[in-house]
Amino acid sequence: MKQKTIQIFLTGTLRVILLIFGVSAAAFFLLAISPIDPLQSNVGQAALGAMSPEQIEKLRAYWGTDIPMIQRYFTWAWDFIRGEMGVSLLYRRPVGEILRERAAGSLGMMALAWLLSGGIGFLLGILAGAKRGKWQDKLVTSYSLLTASTPAFFLALLLLMVFSVWLKALPVGFAVPIGVEASQVRLSDRIVHAILPAAALSLTGISNIALHTREKMIEVLESDYMLFARARGEDTGSIIRRHCLRNIAFPAVTLQFASISEIFGGSVLVEQVFSYPGLGQAAVNAGLGSDVPLLLGITVVSAVIVFCGNALANLLYEVLDPRIKRGNGV
Amino acid sequence: MRINRRTKTIGWIALSSAFLIAVTLLGCFWREAALITDFSRKNLAPCKEYLFGTDFMGRDMFVRTITGLSLSIRLGILTAAASAVFAGVLGICGAVLGKGADSFVTFLIDLVMGIPHILLLILISYACGKGFFGVVVGITLTHWTSLARLLRGEVLKLKSSQYIQIASRLGMGKLQIAVNHMIPHLLTQLFTGLILLFPHAILHEASITFLGFGLSPEEPAMGVILSESMKYLAMGKWWLALFPGGLLVITVLLFHMLGDNICKLLDPGSAHE
Repeated sequence: MKQKTIQIFLTGTLRVILLIFGVSAAAFFLLAISPIDPLQSNVGQAALGAMSPEQIEKLRAYWGTDIPMIQRYFTWAWDFIRGEMGVSLLYRRPVGEILRERAAGSLGMMALAWLLSGGIGFLLGILAGAKRGKWQDKLVTSYSLLTASTPAFFLALLLLMVFSVWLKALPVGFAVPIGVEASQVRLSDRIVHAILPAAALSLTGISNIALHTREKMIEVLESDYMLFARARGEDTGSIIRRHCLRNIAFPAVTLQFASISEIFGGSVLVEQVFSYPGLGQAAVNAGLGSDVPLLLGITVVSAVIVFCGNALANLLYEVLDPRIKRGNGV
Repeated sequence: MRINRRTKTIGWIALSSAFLIAVTLLGCFWREAALITDFSRKNLAPCKEYLFGTDFMGRDMFVRTITGLSLSIRLGILTAAASAVFAGVLGICGAVLGKGADSFVTFLIDLVMGIPHILLLILISYACGKGFFGVVVGITLTHWTSLARLLRGEVLKLKSSQYIQIASRLGMGKLQIAVNHMIPHLLTQLFTGLILLFPHAILHEASITFLGFGLSPEEPAMGVILSESMKYLAMGKWWLALFPGGLLVITVLLFHMLGDNICKLLDPGSAHE
């Protein structure tokens, strides 16, 4: 059995490596075929027109636009594996450095939103499933439908309107107070600035997990063993605790790990609204400013996070679910 | 008189499609009116004459919103349809053409799902040189995955079902089986999948335009309206964001409900409840 687990683990790892390789190649290809000339978008049409051909040639060499695409990809990939992710054209600093700095800002916020949406969504799903057809159920399902129809950035705008502009209770944007030195920023400042973005992210994230958990809950409640438990005279609370929780927790965990990609996508929008200096905002800036190395770095890093999340979900499933463990042994 | 659920469902479908069609048509007619600027009426709060107020260039926000929504709906239909066709072809190919094709398709699905949606949209839009074309290609290429996965599973299930096995024993070719026995079965799935793609397509179009990668800033698109309104939020011009965004949410909500109701009608299990 152990050998089989190792084998599953190895093929899984190999697949993830292959996928990351594929993602980087696809992203590189997409950025390389773009008709947007990196020279023109960075230097500007007027400045480019005023330059001599020799100067343009020099710039071309700096951006490396004259090297064939496949050669460029492999040079870039080899450097990337060794930890040299290139230099950002916008910020004029190593991409790795920017990524670390930006990730420190947004990963905490995303993790908070992820945990909140998972926890609240799961509880709401249980509530709705247990009270199927009652007003609690209707409330949860209509809330889920409503947030599923609301773009994350509009929700962020609404929160901004209510809490920052109207009530003036929370800061309008950024991750730290304006006009305060970096060394003077307290942890509480950072948390206060992360509340609204995290709220916007988790409010939209709840709907998926709540609806899913509700479905599972209804499925479990209609099963024979549930009927038997009721016949034995167990009350609803203990039924949920003893018989439902484990059955609905596994799919919920998998779903929540699979939603990392959604949270990441949402953070791009939300960070843009709140001018929150995180990975998402960096991605938008890199895309608008034709900063190819930075955009590539962000894409690969986010793909690594997503794949690791999926792999972790599979692993958890195998560790936690006794049925799967037994299936492997036979 | 008690109205049964079937009648109620049909009523909802009629109501929501009427609203959506009305918005789409109105938007087409008001295309010119949405671009009119008039500085004598700039920054007006919502009133009887201008339901949604006017913006900093004196443009009527109600007209602009309807035009933007109409654009969104038309774009959503185009991209969702293209995406569904893509999903159908890949999903069926993956399941029918054998092991190699199947692992290629699943690899492709995992690949596209591995990059966060918005990030992939940014990449594709960049590859297409931004603008209208980039949005259409981007949304088409990012939304097919879940439907393709669903269809693939369905085909795999069909393949092991008895009537397909019998057909193959009777000497029918693979193509013949696919056309005669599988596609009719899959069409409802494809159709409901297509309808459920609309809201996603519309939301993502608005999002990517909001970020500045989508439709050009001159177009009266939802993303443009909302990203412009953001600059005026701190000055207390709340109506610029609230009403257009609210109407966008209502539109997407109606699409969701339309999809759910049509699914209910098409599914024989729940059609007569």
